Amino acid sequence: MAEKVLMKGNEAIAEAAILAGCRHYFGYPITPQTEIAAYMAKRMPKIGGTFLQAESEVAAINMVYGASSAGVRVMTSSSSPGISLKSEGISYLAGADLPAVIVNAQRGGPGLGGIQPSQSDYFQATRGGGHGDYHLIVLAPSSVQEMASLTIKAFDLADKWRAPVMILADGTTGQMMEPVSFDFEISPQPEKPWALTGTRGARPHNITNSLYLSPEVLEEKNFERYRKYDEIIRTEKMAEEYRMEDAEIVLVAFGIAARVSKNAVDAARKEGVKAGLIRPITLWPFPSDTLLKATEKARAFISVELSMGQLIEDVKLSTECRRPVYLCNRAGGMIPLPDQIHRAIMEAHSATAPGTSVSFSSCNKEDK
Amino acid sequence: MTVFKKPHALTDAPFHYCPGCTHGIVHRLVAEVIDELGIEGKTVGVAPVGCAVMAYDYFSCDMTEAAHGRAPAVATGLKRANPDNIVFTYQGDGDLASIGTAETVHAAARNENITVFFINNAIYGMTGGQMAPTSLVGQVTQTSPYGRDPSLCGYPVKICEMLGELEGPEYLERVAVNNVKNVKTAYKAIKKAFQNQIDGRGFSLVEVLSACPTNWGKTPSEALKWIDTAMIPYYPLGVYRDRTAGILPDSFKEGTV
Repeated sequence: MAEKVLMKGNEAIAEAAILAGCRHYFGYPITPQTEIAAYMAKRMPKIGGTFLQAESEVAAINMVYGASSAGVRVMTSSSSPGISLKSEGISYLAGADLPAVIVNAQRGGPGLGGIQPSQSDYFQATRGGGHGDYHLIVLAPSSVQEMASLTIKAFDLADKWRAPVMILADGTTGQMMEPVSFDFEISPQPEKPWALTGTRGARPHNITNSLYLSPEVLEEKNFERYRKYDEIIRTEKMAEEYRMEDAEIVLVAFGIAARVSKNAVDAARKEGVKAGLIRPITLWPFPSDTLLKATEKARAFISVELSMGQLIEDVKLSTECRRPVYLCNRAGGMIPLPDQIHRAIMEAHSATAPGTSVSFSSCNKEDK
Repeated sequence: MTVFKKPHALTDAPFHYCPGCTHGIVHRLVAEVIDELGIEGKTVGVAPVGCAVMAYDYFSCDMTEAAHGRAPAVATGLKRANPDNIVFTYQGDGDLASIGTAETVHAAARNENITVFFINNAIYGMTGGQMAPTSLVGQVTQTSPYGRDPSLCGYPVKICEMLGELEGPEYLERVAVNNVKNVKTAYKAIKKAFQNQIDGRGFSLVEVLSACPTNWGKTPSEALKWIDTAMIPYYPLGVYRDRTAGILPDSFKEGTV
């Protein structure tokens, strides 16, 4: 068995990025992602890489744009307010079809918000975040081991699809310490004939660009990119199903919320309630078919999230509103306790018991 | 016999610039220097947002198009990724001296080994003639229709003087392209700015006072004169910093604190 080391989630992301061949990191300090930058600052100079503390998140993401244009694997990390600042640059990366990995260790918002864990950037991440028609591939780790494995996957996906990939973590998964193995198979990086490495007099000039003044051309670029997105949706969806074989009350949660939800599922099962959990690992593309299939046995769905009802929209869309969907949430940096989720399961269980037509009061009003 | 030919570092794409605009001259000077130094094959250029937004179609080397004001950050990423490449940015006054001030200042402060061409024509050209950070006091523009009033919008920004006070940058020079003598000086400055990067000396910026007859409401020849009569008095030409040659602002000279 591979050796495991005890590490913070943020550090696991940084080490995995280095393993994946990332030698360029550009960032700006913000809590709670600090460990990523600190780790990179320490390691990069030792391995011939670049760590650069930019003058702002805006500059950092544009340095990423430059390095990605040059064809190297590159990463930046930030937390919610910083991601808002990076969003213009992320839109440019998407518009120029440039690969990059962006980590968001989410904190409570809006505005300056707080520094405690949150999932309230779900809409921003899964809908694009910046201006224009585009998506990010969004990965949601829920353990330190996954912080590492999904980081390596993020670099592969970014290169494979020439698209920016976001790791949507949170303050908890970033700060918590768990044993992690770095025994990964690293696939070779693909050739990048489009990169700006200099023509060397051997080819026409390469251009990375998101400007198309002709509306016909820009429309076709968008169509082309969405055909690529269709392929990503078809091939890259990932979800974990936990005790779903006969689940009637189905929790949907990602990241840290999914870990708490597992405890609640176990507790409900002990009381004879057939609860289960679907944990989307890719938030975009969203594993809609897994949820739709679950409607066959499910009586109700509960979206468990650290936000005011964002994930729930994708749950409703995926289940095509065939079953009631309830919200069980905390916000602003608070994390639901297993008890709150357990009560939500029990309420949903009795509200949707065969023969009842009782309306369900959302559990999110409790525990405040 | 060939008496005149286009530099190899320019593509065959026709410029979209207005009649009398001096972007064409500066493009040509940059391309001539790239040819002379034989660096086209390893050069990567960064186009701005502004009139030169489509410069990526005009230069034969690899090119990218940056977000507004972010060219020095993009150039930093390119250069750090492939230090062997020669990386230049080509930016206007709105791009470099307004929205991109932070990127400009910090690339200079880091003495990032890149070359920056700063086209100062004291106006936003592409969007139709709004007040620029470098518009002169009293200058009438679409957004300063009664003339730039310093009590409302402050004073024009002097980039070479400002950056000169930083410890970081290697070379800062302000030139103009409104007559043959000035064009020749501009050529030398552009060449030096590239050579500094080749020699690993660090951040070089050439500010080029440039004409925008269309948005200044002048004929091309009046516009060239206006550079002499209005711009140069406020933006004096010359070398503001050349560390290798020992040219530094007074505040860096011995005996000053």
